[in-house]
Amino acid sequence: MIEFRDLHKAFGANRVLEGFSLTVHDGETMVVIGYSGTGKSVAVKHVVGLLEPDAGEVVVDGQVVANLRRRELTELRATIGFVFQFAALFDSLTIFENVALGLRRRRTMSEAEIAARVAESLRLVDLVGTEGHMPAELSGGMRKRVGLARAIALRPKYLLYDEPTTGLDPVTSAVIDRLIVRTREALGVTSIVITHDMRTAYTVGDRIAMLYQGRIRQVGTVDEIRATADPVVRQFIEGRPDGRAAERASLATASSRLAQEDEG
Amino acid sequence: MFASLGRHVVGVVEAYGRLGRFIGDTIRALSDVRTWGSQTLQQMRRLGVDSLPITLFIAAFTGIVLALLASYAMTNYVPPYLVGTLVGKTMILELGPVLTGLALAGRVGANIAAELGTMQVTEQVDALETLAYNPYAYLVIPRVLAGTAMFPVVVAFAMATGLLTGWIAATTLLPVTTAEFVRGLQLFFVPFDVQYGLVKSASFGMVITLIGCFLGLTTRGGAEGVGRATTRTVVYSAEMILVLDAYWAVTLLRTHVMS
Repeated sequence: MIEFRDLHKAFGANRVLEGFSLTVHDGETMVVIGYSGTGKSVAVKHVVGLLEPDAGEVVVDGQVVANLRRRELTELRATIGFVFQFAALFDSLTIFENVALGLRRRRTMSEAEIAARVAESLRLVDLVGTEGHMPAELSGGMRKRVGLARAIALRPKYLLYDEPTTGLDPVTSAVIDRLIVRTREALGVTSIVITHDMRTAYTVGDRIAMLYQGRIRQVGTVDEIRATADPVVRQFIEGRPDGRAAERASLATASSRLAQEDEG
Repeated sequence: MFASLGRHVVGVVEAYGRLGRFIGDTIRALSDVRTWGSQTLQQMRRLGVDSLPITLFIAAFTGIVLALLASYAMTNYVPPYLVGTLVGKTMILELGPVLTGLALAGRVGANIAAELGTMQVTEQVDALETLAYNPYAYLVIPRVLAGTAMFPVVVAFAMATGLLTGWIAATTLLPVTTAEFVRGLQLFFVPFDVQYGLVKSASFGMVITLIGCFLGLTTRGGAEGVGRATTRTVVYSAEMILVLDAYWAVTLLRTHVMS
């Protein structure tokens, strides 16, 4: 189980998360939706300790992530697969080496076992035969699928997807959605999917939570979200351009960008 | 004005804080021998062997110019064999290490900053962490060790190349025989000169790779940030080479003269 408890995070003057609380139960796929720049990726990066909260905590299987020592954090990370927004494949490694990298780190498998696991993971994402290619030779959609293969090769207990369909055409997005569902059925993983693509949210999610102004605005099943009476959630899921929510979101995006530039 | 000054001071303090944390994390990552051990040989080839062509090119022309300069400056005043002395001393003590260091600040330092900077802004460094790798053990230590170990090797080749082309220039373009050149070379030669040049080179290698790794891993802001990190790496590395050059002269060279 993953619990976000009253999480606060700011970058300079820009307060991104202000009391973000959410519980993800074992075996479910939780989709977190929200406007760009509102902190969805920031929240999920706390789960693997890539960011430390200013206040509040993230608890995974009873362990407070920010309190873990380096070795304990490494052990926790071994149970979590992270699929990055732009795949984050290592440019200098082949597809095989990319998928095998995490397995080699564990040092529990022979080279033959690693090769078999890589082949199986690539087959799950329909990328058989790409082992010898370099990431630059693949399309955006294929790179995302390799990113998913790299994550599932580790047989994680949890899978975190950061905008898995952003920037993809509708058909490729549908392929990724199907892979997320298939992965859950095949491996029985608990997943958090960050997205602002409502088709993805409805297809892969058991529950959907909307992040708005640094905290969860509403959380519910797909049917509950579809039938919501909350005007902010309604506007988002219907994609209507008018209204206060859209204006605030656009300001939040600009502010977040400026704050992160200042941090740099 | 005070607000601007305050922001500047805070910025400087934060930068030193990031540097201190970077050095601390790098030292702690030394215990992860399995990770950096497997990467170091590959980096030694990339940073050392692949740097030889540009280094030897620079050293070759430096040797020629040194021989001609020595002749120009000393004709009619000192014996011709001193051309060998000047080429040898200058190449081994100063120009071999410093010119190679400056060239490699551009080639190696910029390469590291651009590579790690790109990895940082495309989340590849985050991906490494989620795969349970320590980025300092995987990325930083192999490069710093390779730079520290391979720069003296590259500089040794540069010294030899400079002496060779200096000898060729002296014997073909100047009225200096091989025997005279070798005599001059041997006249004031002491093994300490080579040690001095190589120790200096190792320190240049360490500093250039550390600066490249630090600025690469702290890159923010996409392609523009990567460009900024790369430029800063070359500038800071060149400055640090000159500072270290003076430091070693004041410490090692001066101590040796006085002992």
